[in-house]
Amino acid sequence: MTPIEAPLVRVLADDGSYAPSADAERYLPLIDALTDAELEQFYRDMVVIRAIDTQATNLQRQGQLALWPPSRGQEAAQVGSARAARAHDTLFPSYREHVVTRIRGVDPLDIIRVMRGTSHGGWNPADARNGNTRIYTLVLGSQTLHAAGYAMGLSFDGRTGTGDVERDEAVVVYYGDGASSQGDVHEAMVFAASYDAPVLFFLQNNHWAISVPVETQSKVPLVGRGAGYGIPSVRVDGNDVLASYAVSRTLLDEARSGLGPRAIEAVTYRMGAHTTSDDPTKYRGSDEEQRWAQRDPIARMRAFLEGRGASASVFDDVDAEAADAAEDLRARAVTLTSPERSLIFDHVYSDPHPLMAEQKKWLNDYEASFEGSAS
Amino acid sequence: MTIDTMPMSKALNAGLRKAMEDDPRVLLMGEDIGRLGGVFRITEHLQRDFGDRRVLDTPLAESGIVGTAIGLAMAGFRPVIEIQFDGFVFPAFDQITTQLAKLTNRHEGALSMPVVIRIPYGGHIGAVEHHQESPEAYFTHTPGLRVVSPSTPNDAYWMIQEAIRSNDPVIFLEPKSRYWQKGEVDLEASALPLHASRIVRRGSDVSLVGHGAMVTTLLQAAALAEAEGTSCEVVDVRSLSPVDYGPILDSVRSTGRMVYAQEAPGHTSVGSEIAATVMERAFYALEAPVLRVSGFDTPFPPAKLEGTYLPDADRILEAVDRSLAY
Repeated sequence: MTPIEAPLVRVLADDGSYAPSADAERYLPLIDALTDAELEQFYRDMVVIRAIDTQATNLQRQGQLALWPPSRGQEAAQVGSARAARAHDTLFPSYREHVVTRIRGVDPLDIIRVMRGTSHGGWNPADARNGNTRIYTLVLGSQTLHAAGYAMGLSFDGRTGTGDVERDEAVVVYYGDGASSQGDVHEAMVFAASYDAPVLFFLQNNHWAISVPVETQSKVPLVGRGAGYGIPSVRVDGNDVLASYAVSRTLLDEARSGLGPRAIEAVTYRMGAHTTSDDPTKYRGSDEEQRWAQRDPIARMRAFLEGRGASASVFDDVDAEAADAAEDLRARAVTLTSPERSLIFDHVYSDPHPLMAEQKKWLNDYEASFEGSAS
Repeated sequence: MTIDTMPMSKALNAGLRKAMEDDPRVLLMGEDIGRLGGVFRITEHLQRDFGDRRVLDTPLAESGIVGTAIGLAMAGFRPVIEIQFDGFVFPAFDQITTQLAKLTNRHEGALSMPVVIRIPYGGHIGAVEHHQESPEAYFTHTPGLRVVSPSTPNDAYWMIQEAIRSNDPVIFLEPKSRYWQKGEVDLEASALPLHASRIVRRGSDVSLVGHGAMVTTLLQAAALAEAEGTSCEVVDVRSLSPVDYGPILDSVRSTGRMVYAQEAPGHTSVGSEIAATVMERAFYALEAPVLRVSGFDTPFPPAKLEGTYLPDADRILEAVDRSLAY
């Protein structure tokens, strides 16, 4: 059995019809409880971020950004899990979780700041407006350890496991099939399990680690790895926002209840390039891309909503919002200019540091020496 | 004034205990540091007295220890990590250099990373491979990290507390060959701030400068030189990043000569950096080039050869003679 073929939790069929898989049954009450407004919000989240993602890709192509990691195709896995998290939960993204951050309140422009080269972070996770969302991490798998440690801290502080799911905190950490090969992910699972840390490992298996297929990362479905650490793990159809939501919600509540870490493998597909620097046509066939296009998470959810009788105005409204968000992002992105040069020195250390003060003064004096000279 | 005489290992234990009493957010993490008290017993009885949620016997995974400590710091703790031996820090090198060192910078100051990484380092204990190394230059080369090394029990007691109070990550290098060396510890008054170098012996002919275990060797060399009529000043650098150049330059300006001694390989080392800076800033005071005495640019040899590899008083005195010959 190849990793792609193991059973998974699915609520929607490829055509968007409501067709829960056998494994989905325990999660269905959560889906039944969703209101029309909530279901439409899932759809809205996905459509708006795809427009933003497309805009950012275009900005990179036009030389406005150094790099962009597209999220096209992975919207359902991300929206489902992010909407499943409670407001007080802390999220540790990798670097492609554009809709996760947006749902938590992070301005997409703050991601653009990183990709345009005006910041190495983008936003302040301690600022309440950013919804307990940590900054992106480019070194694969590193953030899984940070998430495990943070969750250990929640546990040590009694902020989890009291039995009150409305108050108990948990952590979601995002990583991919490529990162799953990293030692840090292994160590994070060991630590999380050893300390019963309330963390949900949310693996988006998008099938490609740049040009290396998931089959090269694992001989078994990646969901199977959790068992080796004693971490209950569930495989979901990552292109099914309802499955992603319901399973994430359930496992997060289990984790926050003191039952220890949980893991999800969301089986999805990166429809675009890994980043704007690679060319997927060099490593995968168009037949594969077309097959996955038939399972586009947005088309699927739209069909589901239409089946429930959503009016055309809902979709028109979402499309208009998406176009506005994309245009707004472009307008603001191109105005981002270089930060003050003091940024180089000011935050290397928290406490005063003589070498930073000395080199900052040298640079200022050096720059000042050119003032008044002919340009 | 309360003065106790104790070995550096006990001074570190007392300093850790004091820091944990002073701040309930301080927690210790590492392999075998709880029930066993660490392979060098630096954390002895601390788990017994503070519990297993303040003194964590972690899984055997160095990257995991540092990476989860980063997460704990994000959650408001002040983790103090023990890496069991110098040569075992490298599995955690990625988390230290690409994450711990850079997170404050990447957050543009909105996040502090008050994590201390204690590493027993250096030779002279006759251990097997990977157990006698001096990795300080890897860390001094990394912006965002502070790197310090005590040479006396008193400094060990105070510097560990100040390292824990620092809001920045501190690589705290413990000269393991000096763990059992006794000295006076003043339990009430901190002698010097964390990032200060210190003249530990006055002299007029040559400045002998070094850090960690080598300070004791420099003092031995100075005593031998004195018997031959040469007066050596000895400077303990204490803080390897940032370096406090004031006392070093004062010393060199008064003697006109400097020898730097270290166990680490000499190429692109702490001694290289300090030598270069002294030549930039005190060029006209120098009567001779700054000379370096160091381990060779080889892997640390099998223990039976460590006496040949490590600088001793004789090799330091050979450099003193070369300096005086200019």
